[in-house]
Amino acid sequence: MIPAAFEYYRPESLQDALSLLQTHGDDARVMAGGHSLIPMMKLRMAEVPHLIDLQAIADLRGIRVDGDTVSIGAMVTQHEVIESTDLLRAAPILREAALQIADPQVRYMGTIGGNVANGDPGNDMPGIMQCLGAEFSLIGPDGTRTVAARNFFEAAYMTARTDEEILTRITFPAHAGGFAYEKQKRKIGDYATAAAAVLLTKEGGTCATASIAMTNLSDVPVWSEAAAAALDGTACDSGAIAKAMAAMDGDIDPGEDNRGPVAFKRHVAGITLSRAITRAWSRA
Amino acid sequence: MNDLSPDRDDRIANLKGLGCSRKRVEDARFTQGKGNYVDDIKMPGMLHGDFVRSPYAHARVVSINIDAAMALDGVVAVLTAKDLEPLGLHWMPTLAGDKQMVLADGKVLFQGQEVAYVVARDRYVAADAVELVEVDYEELPVIVDPFKALEPGATVLREDLEGQTSGAHGERRHPNHIFLWEEGDKAATEAVLDEAEVVAEETIYYHRTHPCPLETCGCVASMDKVNGKLTLYGTFQAPHVVRTVASLLSGIEEHNIRVVSPDIGGGFGNKVGVYPGYVCSIVASIVTGKPVKWVEDRMENLMATAFARDYWMKGRISATKEGKITGLHCHVTADHGAFDACADPTKFPAGFFHICTGSYDIPVAYVGVDGVYTNKAPGGVAYRCSFRVTEAAYFIERMIEVLAQELNMDAAELRRINFIRKDQFPYHSALGWEYDSGDYHTAWDKALTAVNYDGLRAEQAERVEAFKRGETRKLMGIGLSFFTEIVGAGPVKNCDILGMGMFDSCEIRIHPTGSATARLGTISQGQGHATTFAQILASEIGISADSITIEEGDTDTAPYGLGTYGSRSTPVAGAATALAGRKIRAKAQMIAAYLLEVHDNDVEFDVDRFVVKGAPERFKTMKEIAYAAYNQAIPGLEPGLEAVSYYDPPNMTYPFGAYICVMDLDVDTGQTEIRQVYALDDCGTRINPMVIEGQVHGGLTEAYAIAMGQEIAYDEMGNCKTGTLMDFFLPTAVETPHYTTDFTETPSPHHPIGAKGVGESPNVGGVPMFSNAVHDAFRAFGLRQSHMPHDHWRIWRIAEGLGLHG
Amino acid sequence: MSKKMQITLTVNGETQELLAEPRELLIYVLRERLNITGPHVGCETSHCGACTVTMDGKSVKSCTVFAAQANGAEITTIEGIGSPDSLHVLQNAFREHHGLQCGFCTPGMITRATKLLEDNPNPTEEDVRFGMAGNLCRCTGYQNIVKSVLAAATELSAAKEAAE
Repeated sequence: MIPAAFEYYRPESLQDALSLLQTHGDDARVMAGGHSLIPMMKLRMAEVPHLIDLQAIADLRGIRVDGDTVSIGAMVTQHEVIESTDLLRAAPILREAALQIADPQVRYMGTIGGNVANGDPGNDMPGIMQCLGAEFSLIGPDGTRTVAARNFFEAAYMTARTDEEILTRITFPAHAGGFAYEKQKRKIGDYATAAAAVLLTKEGGTCATASIAMTNLSDVPVWSEAAAAALDGTACDSGAIAKAMAAMDGDIDPGEDNRGPVAFKRHVAGITLSRAITRAWSRA
Repeated sequence: MNDLSPDRDDRIANLKGLGCSRKRVEDARFTQGKGNYVDDIKMPGMLHGDFVRSPYAHARVVSINIDAAMALDGVVAVLTAKDLEPLGLHWMPTLAGDKQMVLADGKVLFQGQEVAYVVARDRYVAADAVELVEVDYEELPVIVDPFKALEPGATVLREDLEGQTSGAHGERRHPNHIFLWEEGDKAATEAVLDEAEVVAEETIYYHRTHPCPLETCGCVASMDKVNGKLTLYGTFQAPHVVRTVASLLSGIEEHNIRVVSPDIGGGFGNKVGVYPGYVCSIVASIVTGKPVKWVEDRMENLMATAFARDYWMKGRISATKEGKITGLHCHVTADHGAFDACADPTKFPAGFFHICTGSYDIPVAYVGVDGVYTNKAPGGVAYRCSFRVTEAAYFIERMIEVLAQELNMDAAELRRINFIRKDQFPYHSALGWEYDSGDYHTAWDKALTAVNYDGLRAEQAERVEAFKRGETRKLMGIGLSFFTEIVGAGPVKNCDILGMGMFDSCEIRIHPTGSATARLGTISQGQGHATTFAQILASEIGISADSITIEEGDTDTAPYGLGTYGSRSTPVAGAATALAGRKIRAKAQMIAAYLLEVHDNDVEFDVDRFVVKGAPERFKTMKEIAYAAYNQAIPGLEPGLEAVSYYDPPNMTYPFGAYICVMDLDVDTGQTEIRQVYALDDCGTRINPMVIEGQVHGGLTEAYAIAMGQEIAYDEMGNCKTGTLMDFFLPTAVETPHYTTDFTETPSPHHPIGAKGVGESPNVGGVPMFSNAVHDAFRAFGLRQSHMPHDHWRIWRIAEGLGLHG
Repeated sequence: MSKKMQITLTVNGETQELLAEPRELLIYVLRERLNITGPHVGCETSHCGACTVTMDGKSVKSCTVFAAQANGAEITTIEGIGSPDSLHVLQNAFREHHGLQCGFCTPGMITRATKLLEDNPNPTEEDVRFGMAGNLCRCTGYQNIVKSVLAAATELSAAKEAAE
């Protein structure tokens, strides 16, 4: 498995990276850790005549927790997410999710930005970011803009990011209360058969706020407002969970693959969601 | 004068011979990254080969345009069938008596088939050139179902065989039919089944999978045009056979071909066959006069070389109401893919599948196997088992469970009342085998006791009740398996590969200072031969294993042998080693007698020396004897101390084992957790318990993978859906269960040291164990048969079908 | 072919300068240009870990790293972990506990294990299984690999304690 030849660039600033993107247009692509892109290039399913490696851009690094606001640079690796004590306090769901991604070596290279920007429905962070209500900062020739994670994913490998833009940071409010990322997969290193991200808060014995997102059950991550609404004001008992499962089922659209047929995926999606809610509730 | 001798027990310990958990001599290089695998070989001027492969499962090749590829800087040649045809090498014979295209000759018959071979300066240019070869295909109807292949009017796949109503194994009744192979008494079996008190009938599918060693297949061919010598390095489990085949195909005389198997990164049957990559690399080296390397990538490995299994086994088993089995009938539809390239002994087109009466005393049986062509990759190799033995063991161990259900009996008890008894060995099976030895009841009782079988059943019954009450969504399965392997192919009278009898060999040279080098016709792929064969020899010749080097895999130096697969190394080459050692010992006895000035019969062997009978202080050590062999003129004896032995085994050996696992299974998600695995193996005399345990762990893990998720799957268009390790299930340390191993020791009566072979037993016994656990979990709810692999969605489907999702 | 670029790597403590196409993969640069053949190619899609090396303090799969990406990096392979006269504790432990068979995965396993024990000197069995899950082995069933890593951890900890 040998990729086609390409020109390689390692810009040290965002401006340099942007101008390379503008110069080479469709022929250029930015790369973070490369663990999604490189296998595709090796299989010659992705052709990238001009490869722009973002590793040297300091602006893309770092985890910052400022009061209630969490900001993660696009080039922060899954390993760094797992190791960050700041994140463990501000958004523990990230560590729980990152530990379920790939394997140790891949987590050392794989980045949070790459995981969301690639638009692969199998990736875990897109759903997590939707669950968290994150905003993605993009920089392009016309300056910067932010796009909500919940509006970012358009179709498999298609996102709101244009070819001239680079994802720079991900920002979201620190979360309090219960959380869970429940993922069923065939083995370590696999994408989810189904996965559910749940955040919720409890007030006076009932659910005050909830956010629910599902992974790999559609060509985009699925943030299910209806499923979360089903929990509002309930004690997250079995009746409420059943309603949330039914609501979520209406929002997903899984396809058949080697992990199983659609009916199975829908069933497992329900089970993972129910377990995620139960675990999140127990932590709330 | 002799030194004061060490204590006899110390002398035995110093030998590091049979029964010692000797640390492996191979490990020093492997742990330091100094192994020498085929892709590590680098030669001056070496070129790289790479294949253009078919994206279609069945298509006519209308045209191939190589101009753009040839125009690329660094491309040396692009070979197509047209180039190979004048040499008669566009097709090659298979081990199964069929022939296989080396490069697509007019059409392609499976996705990933070799169409053109690019030779270039380096792997990068070669890969680029592959993209530039333009092939125009015209798609043809695809058949991936062997039953559809045999329907009247089905598309003819092998047009080259059109009109041929018989093949290497008899009559072909349909253009897509390869053979019908039968064993046993069909009429008598059917008569018994017709009259039986109880008959259980079931179709058992053992799905298509792949050995997938971590190192893929590859070679470096180097034609020395000055000396007319061809050297071929490669991942060969049978280097001498490759040399003979290379000679027959190329016309180069065999003494001018040297085949070397360097370190091999796992084989498991994948590296027995001869693949187009080898042939094309040889041709390319002959044409260019330069060394040519070809190493397949993982996708090529999974898609094109050496699938295993794919047997549809329709069984009927009969018994008395009390559970005594009276007869067994089996018909197999065997999907061989596009070419019959099964790696079986020539006369056994279904391998040793007729070991399918298993460990049971079954008075009458019949088996028939229909081989069928489809648009899938060729292969049919023995993936960590003797030839088709894992299929046979899976079949009978499932049928036993089905029969137990039919009889409403405990499956452990049903096994016990049907085991061949110890006093029945040697036992002649209804399908023609002579089981050499066994003590099944002892092994089974030991296993059942070890796991507290009755306690497990009680716990399981409670779990079922709790499940019915809605207190749990997890069921518990107890997986039982008792297997008999048949290994050590094999007696030359009925076992051969391409006409070469399946003996094996060992040649020993004792050096003047008392160390030794032994060479064998086998080749380790991780089994640790350099460690364990030295142990066999140490016990035979009284020289410490640490002073013995074992060499394998170089046809210029090793005696002719048939290689390593089917657990044949210890039963065959191990025997040759022991017997060659005995020849050394016989000559050493004469030398010792001469040195001690007594008659030959007045000295006897004792651990590491010959001793004058009745006078233990008068002795000569093997070290002294070795020196004398080179240093003294001994009347009536040639100088030197060497021996060679070619061993033709009188029979196979029959290792057996009792395996039990406990599995918890989530009916909602289909996820499973293996709580406990107990594996008792009886491989006869145990040479190195540490190595045996390692083999059992590895084989169980492959069995776990196969039973629980590993498959080569195709869609209706013949596209392979499992071409990378994302989808082809190789478990990591996280999914892999923990194992407890145990043993009994029933030596083979006909093997010189009583050893039987063990490397493949855990795969043979493990697959039915894991699969039976899944079935057993659902037995209380009426499940009879559900095909492997038991991955999450298929287990979920069982629960769904049984109405367990409410 | 694209134009070659100057690449500097520090491999096992030695600085190496070479010209390579950007698309050349780190594993092939190590194996074919620098003759460091300990790391192997197994799956080519970052699943098996046979190609594992340590790059700037991280365990990485060198089949999924371009040489150009690695430019400037410090790399340790199995060849840099011990020497024949002074084997690393893990190298001895793998031999002692039969943690290898065909040896093809072993360099990647041991390289990964060195990093694992650096990060977590006193791992549980579960930690080891999880921490080694990026490395596939087809021969051993992992049980003796896990045993080897745990034994090495115990030995390294004891040595550290003795030194303190």
